[in-house]
Amino acid sequence: MMIQEKFELLEKNKEKALIAYVCAGDPDAGTTKDIVCALVRGGADIVELGLPFSDPVADGPTIQAASHRALDAGMNPDRYFELIASMDAGVPLVCMTYYNLIYKRGLEKFATDCAKSGISGIIVPDLPAEEADDLHTACRKHGIDLIFLVTPVTNEERMKKILGRTSGFVYIVSRLGVTGARADVAQSTKEILSRVQTDVPKAVGFGISDRQQAAEVLAAGADAVIVGSAFVNIVASGENVNEKIEVLARELKSACKEKRG
Amino acid sequence: MKRSMYGKYGGQFVPEVLMPALNELEEAYERYRDDPRFLEELAYYMKEFAGRETPLYFARNLSKKYGTKIYLKREDLVHGGAHKLNNTIGQALLAKYMGKKRLIAETGAGQHGTATAMVGANMGFETEVYMGAKDVQRQHMNVYRMQLMGTVVHSVQSGSKTLKDAINEALRDWVTNVGNTHYLIGSVVGPHPYPMIVRDFQSVIGNEVKAQIMEKEGRYPDSIVACAGGGSNAMGIFHPFVGDKEVKLFPVEAGGCGLKNTEKEALHSASLCVGEDGILQGAHTRVLQDRYGQILESSSVSAGLDYSGVGPELAHLADIGRIKPCNVNDEEALEAFYELSRTEGIIPALESSHAIAYVMKMAQSGELGDLVVVSLSGRGDKDLETVFSLKEKENRRVCQ
Ligand SMILES: Cc1ncc(COP(=O)(O)O)c(C=O)c1O
Repeated sequence: MMIQEKFELLEKNKEKALIAYVCAGDPDAGTTKDIVCALVRGGADIVELGLPFSDPVADGPTIQAASHRALDAGMNPDRYFELIASMDAGVPLVCMTYYNLIYKRGLEKFATDCAKSGISGIIVPDLPAEEADDLHTACRKHGIDLIFLVTPVTNEERMKKILGRTSGFVYIVSRLGVTGARADVAQSTKEILSRVQTDVPKAVGFGISDRQQAAEVLAAGADAVIVGSAFVNIVASGENVNEKIEVLARELKSACKEKRG
Repeated sequence: MKRSMYGKYGGQFVPEVLMPALNELEEAYERYRDDPRFLEELAYYMKEFAGRETPLYFARNLSKKYGTKIYLKREDLVHGGAHKLNNTIGQALLAKYMGKKRLIAETGAGQHGTATAMVGANMGFETEVYMGAKDVQRQHMNVYRMQLMGTVVHSVQSGSKTLKDAINEALRDWVTNVGNTHYLIGSVVGPHPYPMIVRDFQSVIGNEVKAQIMEKEGRYPDSIVACAGGGSNAMGIFHPFVGDKEVKLFPVEAGGCGLKNTEKEALHSASLCVGEDGILQGAHTRVLQDRYGQILESSSVSAGLDYSGVGPELAHLADIGRIKPCNVNDEEALEAFYELSRTEGIIPALESSHAIAYVMKMAQSGELGDLVVVSLSGRGDKDLETVFSLKEKENRRVCQ
C-alpha cells in the first residue's frame, strides 16, 4: 500500500497515524516477522524497518545495539529484501537505512529491490537534500517515496527546499540529538510544527515513547507519531516480546484516535 | 563541480540537523580566512605557542646509509609533539570568532586530542574528547596529558573501539549540542568544509618546506613522503606542491598485517591502496567495506593510522594519478622506528615511522629520486610502551 493512500484512509476515519520502527533482523529475521504482525495487530499504520548499518551515526545506544544484534545475526541487504518480500503486513513498509548501503548496492538496484519486495518509502538519515538528487530520481522512477527530515535548526530556506522534495510524509525531528526514548516532549516540538507548512503529512519522531507524549505531539498539530526506541527496548528485553509490543502499539494508537477536529 | 567536491569525492553526507552548522562554519571560514586580525592572531599562535617554523633537517646518517639525500620536516618538534596543533589552533580561533563555547574532538593516537586540549585550555573552551577504548589503552600517556589540561576524555566502547568509533560518538555529541559546540575534526576527513579547512591550516607544513628546500638545495625535492591515516599531514605537505608536477608525492598507509580482510575486519588500514568507493562519516571517499557496504574495522600497530577511510581529496588525487598511494606493514614500520632512533637520534611516532619505512624500502630503487623530503609528523614518546611490549614478545612479531 502507498503511504499516501494510508493517510487518506486515516483522514476519512478521523484518525492520526502511528508509525513504528524496529530493526530488521533483531534478534533474527523470523522474529522480526512476528514483531511486525504484533505491531499491526496493535494498530501501527506504517512500519519502518531499519536495514542495519555498521556505523549508525544518527542513532542513540538503543538502536545502535539493535543494529549490531541484527548484523551479528547475519542481516544484510539481500536477506532484508527477502524478508520484506516474504511479509504480508497489510500496511505500508518504510526502509530506514544509511546511505552507504544504498550507494554500494547501486541506487537504481536499491530502488528496484524496494519496489519489488514491497517497500513504499525510504528514509536516509545521513542524506541531506543537497546530496539526494540521484536517489530522488531513482525513487521517483520506481514509485518509492523518499522521506526527508527537518529539525528545529532547519531554517526557512532549507525548510522550503526539503518540503518541496519530501513525499509520503515529512519526518520532523522534534529535538536535537540522536534517536532514543525520552521522558518528556521537547519544548521545540510545537515551534517546529508551526513552522512546517505543507500538505504532506507531518510525522514527529525522536524521543517519543508513551501515550502521553504521543497525545501531546498530536495535539500540537502532528499527523503522525514515530516511535522507535521504545519498541526496540522491548525487543531487546527478550521477554513476552510480541505481547508487549502489541500492548504498547495499542496504547499509542489510542492517542491517535482521540477526537480529531 | 560543486565546491564541496574533489572530483566525485567529498560532499556533505550528514544528518539534516548538522547542515546549518556546516554552512555556518563554511561562512565563518570564508569571512575570516583573509581577515588581517584573524591571520595575525593565527601567526602569533603558530610562532609563539606552537613553536613554528619547524626545521627541515638534513638526515645526514640516514642519507648516507640509504644512498639518497633525505630531509625530515620536523613536525615532531611542534608543541605537543605532532603536526596536529597546526589545525587545532586554526579551528579553535575560528570557533572563538564564531562565539562557540565548547570544543569536541575525536582522537586516535591521542595527538589530536592533546592538541585540542592545549588550545582548549589556552583559549578557554570547555573541551571534551572521544577516544576508542582500545586507543585509550595503547596511548594512555596522551589520556593523562589531556586530563591534565582539563579535558574530559570519553572512552568509546562501540565497534572496533578505535578512531572510526570515536568519530561516530563525536558526531552524536555534535548532533545533540550543535548550538554552542564546535566539532574540531582532526584530519582532512568528514563533510565539507572540514577537508578544505584542515588542509589549509596544515598547508603551513608544505609552504615552509618550499622555502626551506629552495634555500638549502636551490630546487624542489624529487619526492615527498608522508604517512596517511585520515591524511592531514600528507595533504598539508603535499598541497603546496600539487601544481609542481615534477615532485612525486607518496602517501604511505598502514599495511598492518597484510592487505587482506576477514569477514568484519581488514588486517590493515590501506583505504587509498585497496579501499572502494563509498560514503563514510560525511564524505564520499575510498573506504574499507564489505560487499554490502558495511564498514570494515581497520587495524594497524599505530593508532593514528588505524582508520577505515581517508580524506576525499587524497582519493581524488590518487584517481587522477597525482599521488601514488603505497603502504608498509607493521613490521617494517617498527623496524623504521628503531632505525631512525639509532641513526639520527630522533624517535619517530609509529605513524611517521611508516613514512620513514617507505623511504628505507624504496631509496635504492631510484623511485624516489635523489632528493627526498619526509614528513616526520610526530615524535615517538607516546609509543614507547607499545614498542617495548612488542619487543618482549618473541621476535618482536606484531602479526601472528
Ligand atoms: C604523529 C601522527 N602522524 C600522523 C597521524 C595521522 O593523521 P593524518 O593522516 O591526518 O596526518 C597522527 C594521528 O594521530 C599522528 O599522531
